Amino acid sequence: MSRVAVTRIALVLAAVATIEGLCRIGVIDRFTMIPPSEMVVALARLLTDVKINADIVFTLRNIAVAIVLSVVGGFAVGVLLHAVPRLRAVLDPLFSAYYSVPTFVFYPLLIVVFGVGPTSLIVMGAMFGIVAMIVNTLIGLDRIPRVLGKVARVMRLDPWRSVLLVRLPAATPHLVTGIKLAVAYSVIGVVAGEFILATAGIGRRISFAYNDFDNRTMYGMLLFILTMVVIVNSLLHEWERRLHRRWGK
Amino acid sequence: MGAPPAPALGQVKAQRFDYLWLALGFLALWQGLFALSGPEALASPAATLARALRYLQTPQFWVHVHSTGTAFVYACVVALLGGLALGLWLGFRRFAGEVADPILGSLYSIPKITLYPVILLIFGLGVSAKVAFGAIHGLFPVAIFAMNGVRKVAPIYLKTAHVMGLSPWATVKTVLIPAAMPEIVTGLRIGFSSTLLGTLIGELFASNAGIGFILIRAMEAHNVPDIMALTMLLFTFAATANGLLLLLERRVRHGLPSGR
Repeated sequence: MSRVAVTRIALVLAAVATIEGLCRIGVIDRFTMIPPSEMVVALARLLTDVKINADIVFTLRNIAVAIVLSVVGGFAVGVLLHAVPRLRAVLDPLFSAYYSVPTFVFYPLLIVVFGVGPTSLIVMGAMFGIVAMIVNTLIGLDRIPRVLGKVARVMRLDPWRSVLLVRLPAATPHLVTGIKLAVAYSVIGVVAGEFILATAGIGRRISFAYNDFDNRTMYGMLLFILTMVVIVNSLLHEWERRLHRRWGK
Repeated sequence: MGAPPAPALGQVKAQRFDYLWLALGFLALWQGLFALSGPEALASPAATLARALRYLQTPQFWVHVHSTGTAFVYACVVALLGGLALGLWLGFRRFAGEVADPILGSLYSIPKITLYPVILLIFGLGVSAKVAFGAIHGLFPVAIFAMNGVRKVAPIYLKTAHVMGLSPWATVKTVLIPAAMPEIVTGLRIGFSSTLLGTLIGELFASNAGIGFILIRAMEAHNVPDIMALTMLLFTFAATANGLLLLLERRVRHGLPSGR
């Protein structure tokens, strides 16, 4: 292992150990935070609980549907907008301001339309993720080198094959960036919705535990969702990095 | 995780009337949805606008704006200055930067909204929780962009600085920071937006004053016109601020390379 990796692991371990120490000697009281080791124990216990597992399955399923919707929908809208540059030029400022407004203020309206249940949460997650996918699809299509289109023509590829064999692969690095962001945003959308109002799910379980001063459940669930997000995100990040390197940025 | 700046559109620019068409289309869509779903789910455009204008005229509203504004300014100071200091330092120290890079990336990408109970437990209800929430949203993008900006500075600049016998401090001030400026400005813009978002989210869950607070109150009371009017005001503000910062960013990018 490289010196960098060793230092990094040591740094993270030292940070966790510091928190553990501060919790153990009482500088951080138990009502604020439980020691990390107890979080792990709490999580292990939660994972054997049938009701908690139902919540986890509920949330993960909603997130998965939201991701699929935002990736497929965002790609379609992106391709469409790329074909109509005037419309795109008008919408661009809207897209770049989109993520500075808390989109989940619309969540109560979604509840009125779709009821309290998975549909509202899925729509919330998809609304959050779709714009990142649209923007990155547009960037990906913009950056297809012009020479590739010429090559496709010289090779006499029919339009179908030119898209499938040349254009799509050339745009892939940015599409993957879009997918990575859509995943992150869908998680935020669904979990935020669950915090506000839901019948089940990880977010609801966390806010319930918070109101109940049940720090074991709260930190256990937090540990679960954060670990999951970090793992998924680093995998996507690694994939993205490889693609960008292969395509020379 | 703001959208990266759109690359030059080049050929096609929006024409003046296009925005008008967009606005008209949007209003028509809104009115249509309103007709479909009824006043239970949506407020009509006219009602929303009237409500927004009435908000702007009530002194109580400006008290909340002031509360949000104060928290936002504090959070910005922490996020922008802190992020810049951290990012520049990690950019100069190659080893430290490589160690910290994936850690920063993970911290940036975790859904910070899940941390709201922790922030509340640590800071309690009030201004400090809002500031903390805003700051953790904005700090990481600023740091990441600044770090990458410094790292990407062409080695030839540094060699030139060395040949000219510049002191380390002069190198930082006259070579490294100006060369990294475009990235730094992009980071500051995204950091600004993220901090605003974070502050508002903090107010939604953790406060007794501010725009986020009246928004969550409207949500709980299911007051649809209020929700929509506040959302409209927020979006207008965020979009305007973002547009101005984009303008600034373009100017900085075009202003380079300066003849130093």
